[in-house]
Amino acid sequence: MAAITFDSVTKTYGDGFRAVSDLDLDVADGEFVVLVGPSGCGKTTALRMLAGLEEISGGEIRIGERVVNNLPPRDRDVAMVFQNYALYPHMTVAENIGFALRMRKVPKPEARKRIEETARIIGLLDHLDRKPRQLSGGQRQRVAMGRAIVREPQVFLMDEPLSNLDAKLRVQMRAEISRIQRQLRVTTVYVTHDQVEAMTMGDRVAVLRRGVLQQFDAPQRLYERPANLFVASFIGSPAMNVLEAALERNGDGLAARVGSSVLPLADRRAELAGYAGRRIALGIRPEALGEDDARSNGNHGHLPGVVRAVEALGPEQLAHVEVEATPVLAEDVLEGLVDTEEARELAEIKSDGADARALVVARLDASTTVRPDERVDLAVDLRKLHFFDLDSGAAIGA
Amino acid sequence: MSGSAATAVPQREARLRSESSAVRRRRIGTALTYSVLLAIAVVYIFPFVIAVVTAFKTEPDATANPLSLVPSPATTTAFHQLYKDQDFLVWVKNSAIVTLSVTFLRVFLDSLAGYALARLRFRGRGAAFATIVAVMAVPGVVLLIPKFLMIRQLGMYDTYYGMIVPLLVDAAGVFIMKNFFESIPVSVEESARIDGASIFRIYWSIVLPMARPALVTIFILSFQGSWNELAQFIISAQSTSLNTLTKGVAQLASGQLGVGNRYPLKLAASVLMTIPVAILFFVFQRRIMNASAGAVKE
Repeated sequence: MAAITFDSVTKTYGDGFRAVSDLDLDVADGEFVVLVGPSGCGKTTALRMLAGLEEISGGEIRIGERVVNNLPPRDRDVAMVFQNYALYPHMTVAENIGFALRMRKVPKPEARKRIEETARIIGLLDHLDRKPRQLSGGQRQRVAMGRAIVREPQVFLMDEPLSNLDAKLRVQMRAEISRIQRQLRVTTVYVTHDQVEAMTMGDRVAVLRRGVLQQFDAPQRLYERPANLFVASFIGSPAMNVLEAALERNGDGLAARVGSSVLPLADRRAELAGYAGRRIALGIRPEALGEDDARSNGNHGHLPGVVRAVEALGPEQLAHVEVEATPVLAEDVLEGLVDTEEARELAEIKSDGADARALVVARLDASTTVRPDERVDLAVDLRKLHFFDLDSGAAIGA
Repeated sequence: MSGSAATAVPQREARLRSESSAVRRRRIGTALTYSVLLAIAVVYIFPFVIAVVTAFKTEPDATANPLSLVPSPATTTAFHQLYKDQDFLVWVKNSAIVTLSVTFLRVFLDSLAGYALARLRFRGRGAAFATIVAVMAVPGVVLLIPKFLMIRQLGMYDTYYGMIVPLLVDAAGVFIMKNFFESIPVSVEESARIDGASIFRIYWSIVLPMARPALVTIFILSFQGSWNELAQFIISAQSTSLNTLTKGVAQLASGQLGVGNRYPLKLAASVLMTIPVAILFFVFQRRIMNASAGAVKE
């Protein structure tokens, strides 16, 4: 096992395109780190540079104490699981798993023992003589994992290993990979575009955008304290609602004016006070919006609107509510939205009429009886608001 | 109600009549199509049938009834003569040596060159490939004299080397292999690189087994091409001990005065000559299958 360090790592292609810019990342020994971001953000390039499959244009990558910039892949002691499994189709499961051992001239009896031990871990002991084409998608994925495990490498690299599986199998394999990683405690770098995978699997998550690291933190911290609008929009499903607000003085405190609603702020950060009299981006997670009922108290403000759609998900309902507010349609927000439909909806509402109207999503109880076209007075949990600079997109006081 | 039922019956009958005439028309169309196809097939297969039948005829019968499909009497004299009076076994031996050497080495070298052009990054790669493609456009006959001169210069004239070496690599084979290698997912090779395999090991243990369909194609083409090759053998050797089947049969066919037309002898040799290639096609056509199934999720 070993720690991994990216020190100002840059990747520039021949045509001048910069896929990764000055990436600094410290992955601790035995840690499970997820690189996440939309397509083209540079996460796979970063992983491939670490694997030795892509040359490094600038900076330094270290595995343990060793600088690996100029080492070929086989000398880096890393094992990689590819998105499309990349199995050797003419070899059996046992031969696939044992190929790396054969290349390293591990004596046959020992190799056999390690292959069987690995097959036990991945649950394919009965399939060792089968060819990849005789296996299901999930089993092939396990073989790919097995090939990595048997090497007992210092580092596991995984490039979207679950993206070809169906939803149910993905959830199952997610738990499986986490279990195996915990069991073996091998330092792991895992690339995905799926923020749910990132949040559920990683000890820490690095969010990338256009080759630049946006935030590197524990999943819960990313969710609760996003560093900027992009991270705020990217992490969380449904995405955070982001509205323009005018910050005003309210007695000895502050209040955010959203449309004609005034939300007195519980947050008394000094940095926020500096924004008094200016417009900011106000972020509200769907679960911070509820129906106005008896439980609403001093910690809640109000945001009236009209229900446009309700999605019943079983344990909860998602209400899409049109409120009087200006949505923040900065590129940071739109790019962070995983759901392009969501982005389109936001943009449409904005261009709809002269009055600024925004569509917000509220996570409501399953027992809620709101219907489309009904008026609703949303209760806003004032303790759970997020504030961002409208120009830079950076979180205020983060 | 009864009125509408009464009109419905003739309507149904008329519909059935028109349906049955449509079926009849379709059948006639199909029969016509197959007749034409059959006629074309017969035209194509007829020369071969004549060759086989004539090989079993006596010489007078073959001369008198060259197109008759029934030998009268049927005899294997021509085959006996081939073994007795001609160096047929020497021709077979030479053809086998040259063909097997060329086929195996060409499959290896074509695939090696194809892999290098498909995957390795080196200066001049594009120019090298363009040159190979350009060579495909040059008629083989144009190169015969330069080849002859080179073979003489290199001291390979009248040896197996002179017959084999010029046939070892062909542009079309390199082209086919390059295109096939490019269709193999790069991630499979990258995976092998990380597993510790060298470039040659990746080529030999991973990529080559995955390229089986292309290899079989090259194998068949090379085998057929070198087994049936004539011009190259004419310019590279003159000893009768180095005669191949094609050269031997060609000399038979050109004939000598005073020995008659010898149709049965010539055609018996031709028929025997086609057997290995025919077997090869039958064996390998079953083996051409997708060898990369299961490698990657598509």
